[in-house]
Amino acid sequence: MERKNFDTESRKNVLICIVCIVVVIYLIQLFRLQIIDPDYKDWADSNAFLKQTRFPSRGVMYDRNGKLMVYNQPSYDVMVVVREVQSLDTAAFCKAVGITQAKFRHRMAEIKNRWNNPGYSSYTPQVFLTQLGNKEYGILQESLYKFHGFYIQNRTAREYSSPYAAHVVGYVAEADKKNIAEDPYYKRGDYIGKTGVEKSYEPYLRGEKGVEILLRDAHGRIKGKYEDGIYDVDPVSGKDLTLSIDMDLQAYGEELMKNKSGSILMIEPKTGEILCMVSSPTYDPASLVGRQFGEAFSVLAQDPYKPLLNRAMNGTYPPGSTFKPAQALTFLQENIIQPSTSYSCAHGWPLGNGHPGCHDHAVPLSLIPAIGNSCNSYFPYGLKAMMENKKYGSIQVAVDKWRDYMVAQGFGYPLGVDMPGEKRGMIPNSQYYNTAYKDRNGISRWNAFTIISIAIGQGEILLSPVQICNLAVTIANRGYFNTPHIVKEIKDTPLDTLYTRARYTGIDPSHYETIAAGMRWAVNGPGGTCHGANIPDIAVCGKTGTAQNSGRDHSIFMGFAPYEDPQVSVMVFVENGGFGAYFAVPIGRLMIEKYLKGEIPPADKWIENNMKNASVPFNRNVIQKN
Amino acid sequence: MSYRKINIWTRLDWTTLIIYFVLIIAGWFSIYAATYDLENKSMVDLSGRAGMQMIWILTSLAIGFSLLMIESNWYEIFASWIYLIIIILLVITIFVAPDIKGSRSWLVMGPVRLQPAEFAKFATALMIAKVMSVYKFDIMNFRNMTLMLGLIGLPIVLILLQKETGSALVFMAFFFVLYREGMPGGILFAGFAAVLFFVLAIRFDTMWGLTPVGHFLVLSIIVLCIFGLLYSSRKRNENVKFLLYACLGVIALAGIVSLFVPFNLVWVALGFIMVASGYLFFLFFKYRTTAYLWIVVFAVLSVGFLYSIDYVFDRVLEPHQKIRIEVALGIVDDPSGAGYNVNQSKIAIGSGGFFGKGYLNGTQTKLKYVPEQDTDFIFCTIGEERGFIGTITVLILFAVLILHLILMAERQHSAFNRIYGYAVACILFFHFLVNIGMVIGIMPVIGIPLPFFSYGGSSLWAFTILLFIFLRLDASRSDRL
Repeated sequence: MERKNFDTESRKNVLICIVCIVVVIYLIQLFRLQIIDPDYKDWADSNAFLKQTRFPSRGVMYDRNGKLMVYNQPSYDVMVVVREVQSLDTAAFCKAVGITQAKFRHRMAEIKNRWNNPGYSSYTPQVFLTQLGNKEYGILQESLYKFHGFYIQNRTAREYSSPYAAHVVGYVAEADKKNIAEDPYYKRGDYIGKTGVEKSYEPYLRGEKGVEILLRDAHGRIKGKYEDGIYDVDPVSGKDLTLSIDMDLQAYGEELMKNKSGSILMIEPKTGEILCMVSSPTYDPASLVGRQFGEAFSVLAQDPYKPLLNRAMNGTYPPGSTFKPAQALTFLQENIIQPSTSYSCAHGWPLGNGHPGCHDHAVPLSLIPAIGNSCNSYFPYGLKAMMENKKYGSIQVAVDKWRDYMVAQGFGYPLGVDMPGEKRGMIPNSQYYNTAYKDRNGISRWNAFTIISIAIGQGEILLSPVQICNLAVTIANRGYFNTPHIVKEIKDTPLDTLYTRARYTGIDPSHYETIAAGMRWAVNGPGGTCHGANIPDIAVCGKTGTAQNSGRDHSIFMGFAPYEDPQVSVMVFVENGGFGAYFAVPIGRLMIEKYLKGEIPPADKWIENNMKNASVPFNRNVIQKN
Repeated sequence: MSYRKINIWTRLDWTTLIIYFVLIIAGWFSIYAATYDLENKSMVDLSGRAGMQMIWILTSLAIGFSLLMIESNWYEIFASWIYLIIIILLVITIFVAPDIKGSRSWLVMGPVRLQPAEFAKFATALMIAKVMSVYKFDIMNFRNMTLMLGLIGLPIVLILLQKETGSALVFMAFFFVLYREGMPGGILFAGFAAVLFFVLAIRFDTMWGLTPVGHFLVLSIIVLCIFGLLYSSRKRNENVKFLLYACLGVIALAGIVSLFVPFNLVWVALGFIMVASGYLFFLFFKYRTTAYLWIVVFAVLSVGFLYSIDYVFDRVLEPHQKIRIEVALGIVDDPSGAGYNVNQSKIAIGSGGFFGKGYLNGTQTKLKYVPEQDTDFIFCTIGEERGFIGTITVLILFAVLILHLILMAERQHSAFNRIYGYAVACILFFHFLVNIGMVIGIMPVIGIPLPFFSYGGSSLWAFTILLFIFLRLDASRSDRL
């Protein structure tokens, strides 16, 4: 039947032999392990291992001047090995750790619930209570020997040197189920950065956990290290961060923003380093540490004014007139207007029958005074000219071209700030309008008039405060920006090149020069809208914004100084503050003085007092979703 | 072809079936013990691992029963289609599988999670059985050899892409089958030697005086092999004896000298291999027997292989790849990694002693010192709670099953049945070899399940299918012809 040029019988025997040899080798090894060698038996009989995690200390944070902002203090977790808990005097234990008996039973039930605590085993240490302070620890330590099965685990907790910059640094809290599922590094009871720099730099700050394998005797007493610690791993401390924040400036900004809602941002134009990031209302970062965390957090989370929200990054608003420089730059680059182009104004845009409305100023205006006076007629003219320009072929193409310019200037997408949750804002494109303005038959009907309010930063336009500030940065730099960032230095690690590389907008520097001149006019020219920012010995350039929304107008100021060699860009946003000149301009002035002079001159102290004491009632729901 | 009604139950191989039942039930109890905890009382509680394993066992039995009901020649007819479907599934898995513990091998369909890699084993077994059972199939034909390597290599590559190195390695088992069907034994031997040399060279990279230990070990083995091969193909007995005495003398001398003047002993071994090769050339020309030449080829290739390992390991591989290999071989120990695990698993098994600590009384496995205690390291639980009695029982059950399968394969009348039978035996053997070897600290840590024991639906289903197809084929072995 089959031709065979090899001996099948012997091959079968070879295979059988291989199987037998392996089985015999394994039998010998099992015999050795289980019967001859008593070592293994002794190991398990009289000893048990205790794998103790050694937690690294979290990286600390300094401000740009080397001031310590966030550091660590020792804290203690109470761990429990459920199986070892015997004849516990519950009342005495609860007294020692300062909890009620009801809470004790509740915690025990929580620990044993496999659904919420999937890693539960009655043989391994489970976190019973977290973050005991030094004093509580001292009390417990004395009586711990009475409570079998309870242990102390050393940890660290965050400590803050000042009650400011809560949104910048963020807070840490116990890793939740989602964190644990996403990254196996985290175990129940571990801490993780939840917001701010604590979150975005978590991988650097956390370090690497170590482990210590200890031996215990039958009574649970630690007998020493397993194999002299050859399997131990030392924890690696987290990396220290130097933030670009100037703590004095930050504190000053937060004082000025008391009883108002909104944000202040200051950025060093040449580097993109964020000098201060104020979001108001705010909270004391120290309130979210330790055992009062849960209670304090729920109060803050339920506050209708949302103190946990970082408005500077995670709020978006209509930018109002601060958007106008971006428009002018686009029109100049596209050759729609020249700096000399003049348009009329009749207390509003003549072609829109006075809409949008404008205020009293000389007419007609060329570009520089139009920016200085924040004319609401000039920019609708410009936008209409662009939308109807024949060179684009259709308004769809024109809008998309316009949108490309907006994106190049940093709008419409997150900038990439090294903070969590940055919003993208809203810059519409032609498709958006095609969908939005469909008639009954599904045909899109819209023209330049339909969309004209985007020229003055209203309508669909939404920007985050950091995007507005970044516009001031590109004008200060005459055409480029470095992605704004809040961490200046990670110890022993180079910064992401995203933050060290200039991003050019593609618009000619000479056009920026024109816009800067317009913003200078706004501060010191006839009819300028931000005379309030005119500091005698500093050439400030600025642009106000008064953004309409469902409530009272938002008061906005964006600027940079000095004119020729900009050292700082600033953005102030006061929700429902009315005209830009009411609140945003004076606050901007004070912030520039504080940064460039180090202090407020006596002549301006009255402005400081006015601003600190002013209270602006604000609407809860002005923050947009995008 | 026969369509006569046969009574499958009287023709079924009950020995295999009974061993199968014993193993899955023992596995179920072991999983319960491995995950046992005071709060978790019931073995049939579906929220526990044991309860789920019960579901897998019941479904496996249903699958097994259905497979027995299918006409036996269908397996041969549909072999190519089954193989094709599994290959497509493997490809799909690479792209859609979520990342679970670093591997992308799970196909998630609602509540069901399957690992196509497990099913690729029986599909490939059917496929190679079909291809090789062609009349006058000669494995030594170059085209056939390439085809076989392709059929086995394709699933290996796809499974490697899913980052399931362990499952991919299992396909090496088919080389035993190829050997039985005519592949030269030298290839099997060379493969074995290559793996051994690689492991030794990397594992023992320490220095012993001026001697690199790994190199010296490998070279010594090469010398021993030369003797062994020479002895088995000798024409004149005294030639070997002379060489052996010379070798022992030189080694003794070198050992003594190195005590006073430390030098690299590798040179002695290398010099010896060169002398032996020269002598073999002489024998080849004298007796005109190619066997001598083959021994020289073996020696030269082995030495070349040894030195290229170093080159590849130090120059070609990226640092993280190196680390992975080193961890797998137990060179780099990290507390949560390979070395620690094996140590813990040896302690757990060793602590069981002769009789074990008694069912559910184990402490080492339950204390979670042993990782994956209900899947890859399930053998620990048996060792700890059932002692030496338990481990040898399991060992012997597997040995009997594998040897019985080989004998069953030999009694088949059709080549298809025989080759498939060998494939079943070899796959089971490979799992047995790697899994138990890993748990008792003989093999490097490679994560593959212990057949019928380890927790998991996919693996239990796949092994059941693998085995029951062969039971079905065996039951009607006399129908054809």
